[in-house]
Parts: sequence; structure tokens; C-alpha cells
Amino acid sequence: MSTTGYTMLSTSGILGYGFAEESLRIGMSRNPQVIGCDGGSTDPGPHYLGSGTNFCSRLSVKRDLRLMLQAAVAARIPCIIGTSGGAGGEPHLQDTAALVREIAREEGLSFPMALIHAEADRAVLKRRVGQGRVKALAKLPALDEATVDRATRIVGMMGPEPIARALDQGAQVVLAGRSSDPAQWVAPAMRAGLPPAPCWYAGKMLECGAEPTTPKEPDCLLVTVHPDHLVCEPPNPIRRCTPLSVANFALHENASPIHHTEPGGLLDTSAVRFEAVTDRIVRVSGMTWHPADTYTVKLEGVELAGYRAITLCGTRDPGLIAQIDEYLATHRAKVEAKAADFGVPASAWKMAIRTIGRDGVMGAREIVQGAQPHELGFVVEVLAETQEVANAVLAMARTSLLHADFKGRLCKEGNMAFPFSPSDIALGPLYRFSVFHTVAPDDPYEMFPIEHERVG
Amino acid sequence: MARLRDIAQICKSKNAGPFMLTIDVLFEDAAVYRQVKATGVLNAALFARLYNVAEADVLFTPYDTASAFKATLPRLVPAGDFGDTDVYGAQQHAPLLEVEIPINPA
Repeated sequence: MSTTGYTMLSTSGILGYGFAEESLRIGMSRNPQVIGCDGGSTDPGPHYLGSGTNFCSRLSVKRDLRLMLQAAVAARIPCIIGTSGGAGGEPHLQDTAALVREIAREEGLSFPMALIHAEADRAVLKRRVGQGRVKALAKLPALDEATVDRATRIVGMMGPEPIARALDQGAQVVLAGRSSDPAQWVAPAMRAGLPPAPCWYAGKMLECGAEPTTPKEPDCLLVTVHPDHLVCEPPNPIRRCTPLSVANFALHENASPIHHTEPGGLLDTSAVRFEAVTDRIVRVSGMTWHPADTYTVKLEGVELAGYRAITLCGTRDPGLIAQIDEYLATHRAKVEAKAADFGVPASAWKMAIRTIGRDGVMGAREIVQGAQPHELGFVVEVLAETQEVANAVLAMARTSLLHADFKGRLCKEGNMAFPFSPSDIALGPLYRFSVFHTVAPDDPYEMFPIEHERVG
Repeated sequence: MARLRDIAQICKSKNAGPFMLTIDVLFEDAAVYRQVKATGVLNAALFARLYNVAEADVLFTPYDTASAFKATLPRLVPAGDFGDTDVYGAQQHAPLLEVEIPINPA
């Protein structure tokens, strides 16, 4: 390996979050050997995996992709997108591929592209359950066939191997379905002959773009991997990598700061050193990689849990604010009675009211008790088996909140300010995470078929 | 005495997957970190009390090399499920800000 190392450019935390065009220009002037961006995460919640939609807009994703594809084609380097389309399922992957083809047409670009599919084959998965090769994470129940059948969508989280294979087979643009966040960076760096430990750590730094920098905002990051260390530097001159900013990011979204479980092994960061090379460049060394005895793939799946409707409102009445707990308790009883009147029993729906200004952020974990703010906001959520019932109960809950009487009431025209007409929002299906397990496949590739095409 | 919010440079929370919440406290000055660590105030029991979970459900890790403490514990509700208040888990750090550490910062 040359002493100059292997340089990779991540454009942003998520494809579609945006980045400064000047950052990309400066980053490309450093001759990176690969450019890429993570396309998604489970962080925005279960909805997007269930619905097959992206939490970033088509317009913003297209803007980021266009600049990246133009840069990659001009520099003749690979462009890799991880967890395409937000959740990495089949509709997410196909939507991203359609955008790439559209941009290529508009810009006259031409390149070989690979799509790596990540939706789990349910028959194979059920066989693996039967073979005892599926294990639960986060204290979930063991996976069973009924849960697999009930799931709206299940994806496997690929490691670097299928991505490396797609590159080996000649793809310049790689769109991966659900993938472990660092995998898209580990694949090209290990193909260049670098050892796994600094490659995985580099992947962890690059997966969120400029997050390991200060000021911390969506933007580009350059990481150069060497055999025993890596060097992080933001191309945008307004940002700096400092030992604190890089160390902070090392803690990001992991249960443990020292043990990071990945497909195929464990990255140990307990003896890592963060050293300032300049006031905006940081060198990280001391990480170790321990291959696992068994190669495992994480599974993510969601199931339909009903349909929701919500409304937003607030009160400025001090008399009501002083007795809000009692008011909300009687409100629930009134909604139950009125819903029963139109044929919907209390067992057919659930209602949650978040009281903004009191415990709307932390719920039952709020430590401040008895706060008496001058105004309170409410987010009323109703869940039912059908959208019609959710809408009906929510509408009654809204009316009752507005018009119910309470002790000492002066505001006899209405208790709540509703900022919007329409006041009620049908949220549609509620998905919940039902599969969060690992499976041991025969090899790192079997769950992730690769499909090649010529674009342009 | 010093409040954590006055001596730490970073205090934050975030999901660690859809079922867990992870809370980090970082210090720019390793000497302050060592002082805080020596008091023993930050531990699994403190997080269990502040977040109303069993101590056995708290994974607490001091991370010397980053001058940081990390605690990971179950979310109140799985991310995005019915009744959730914080899908990203990004605003669950506040109870920690007021924790008093028996040190005299420079």
C-alpha cells in the first residue's frame, strides 16, 4: 500500500440532506478514490420501511445525486450509495435507480451500474428460523413463522462483501439496498488492500458525512485510510475535525462505545487514540478487528399495527391549565361514551395525548413535576383498526377537547386554539418494528442478489 | 459542586436502534473527565433512577480515550410506535444536565 493511503469522500449524512457544492469541489480536488453517501437509516422510524417511501424528498435526493454522479464520472471513480432510498427495501432501491437513470439521461452520463437487493426471501428466512440460525436482538421474542408472514417488509443489512463483488464485476455506480452504514466504505478500502480495522473505523467516520466535524451540519468529509490509522478532514474550510468532534462521533448511535458488532466481526475501539494533526485534521489509530466465528446479517422488519389520525391544538387559559390532568381524564371518558354512541367500543381504539409544555418530550420520564406554564399544546393521537374509525374517534376527541365544560370555565366559546383547518390529519397506516434479529446465512452474498445494467 | 451542564462540552441522547436509547457525556479536558469519573456520581444506578429503569437494564461505559461516559437503556416506547414522543431519541438528555458533581472546576 502506498504511503499516501486510500482517500474516500462522503458527501453528507444522508443522501438528500444536502451539502455545499464548494465542499464537493474541494473534496474532489484531493483526488478521492471513491465518492459516496449513506442513503438511509432506521432512525426516522418504522414508517418508511413499511410504506416503501423515502424520508428525504425526491427533489433533494436528485440534487445530491446529480452532483455526485457528475463528479464520479468526471473523475472515473466509483460512486456508492448505501441503504438506498431511506430504508433499503425494493421500492426504495428501484426509486433511487430510476432517479439515477433520469439524471444520466438529462446530463448525458454513461456508466455501468449495479443494484444490490436486500429484501429477505421469506421462505429462506423461515427455513433459517427452523434451523435455529436466527437470534433476537434487544430482548425481542424469538422470530417465528407467523411474525415473518405478518411483516409488511423485511430487509437484511448487507456487509461490505456484496458491494465489493459488485465493484469487482465492473460496476462504477453501486446502489445498495439496506446495508450496514460503514459497509459501503469498507468494501472499496479493503479491495485496495487495506486491513479491516482502519477500514471499518473509516466507514464509521464517513457514514454521516461531516458529522465528526465542528460546526456539525450535513456536509462533506474526507477520510484517508492507512494500514494502521486513518486521517479525517472536512473539505469545507469553515469546518474542523478536532479530537473532541471525532471522539464525539465515535459514540454515535451505538450501545457500546468500545465494541461495535458488524457482519463478520467486531470492531474494538477501546484503545483508540485521537490526535490533532492540525487544528482541523485528526488522526485516529489503535482500533482492532476481531473476526466472528459465524457471519451474521441483521434483519429489520415492520408490521402493520393499525391506522392513525392526529390533531394539534393548544390552550392559553390559566383556569384550564391548573386542572389539566383532571380535564384530560374526563375528556377520555366523554370520548368513550360518544364513540360508543356511534357504535365504536372503547376496545376498538387507543388514544394518546402528549401535553407539550409539560411532558410532551419525555412522557413518563419527565422529572419536572407540577409545572404551570402560561400555555400548553396538545398532540392527540388515535389508533384504530381502520382509518375510518381512527378519523371518527379523533374527530370526536377534537370536538370534546374544544367544547367540554370544566370547573370555573370563563372561555365558554371554546377551550382550545386549533391552528389549522382542516384540524384533523389522517396519518394512515402505523407500522411497528417487529423483526430486529440476526440470521446466519451460508455466506455473505446469498441474501443480496446483484443486478448489473448499463446506464446511458 | 458543579452541574454537569456547566462542566461537560457535550451531553446528548439518540436511538441506538429502534428499541434502545443511548446517552453520552463528553469532556474536552481529560483532567475534568478524570475528576468526574473519580467522584463515581455517574454510574448505572444514576441512569436507572433518572430514567426509571432497572439498573440491570443500563449498560454504562466510561470511555477514557474519548473522555466520555455512555449509558444505553431501553426506550420508553419503540421508535415510532403508538404514543412515542421522540422518534429519534434526540431530546432525552435533559435530566442529566442538572446532576451535581462534587468537584470544584477551575
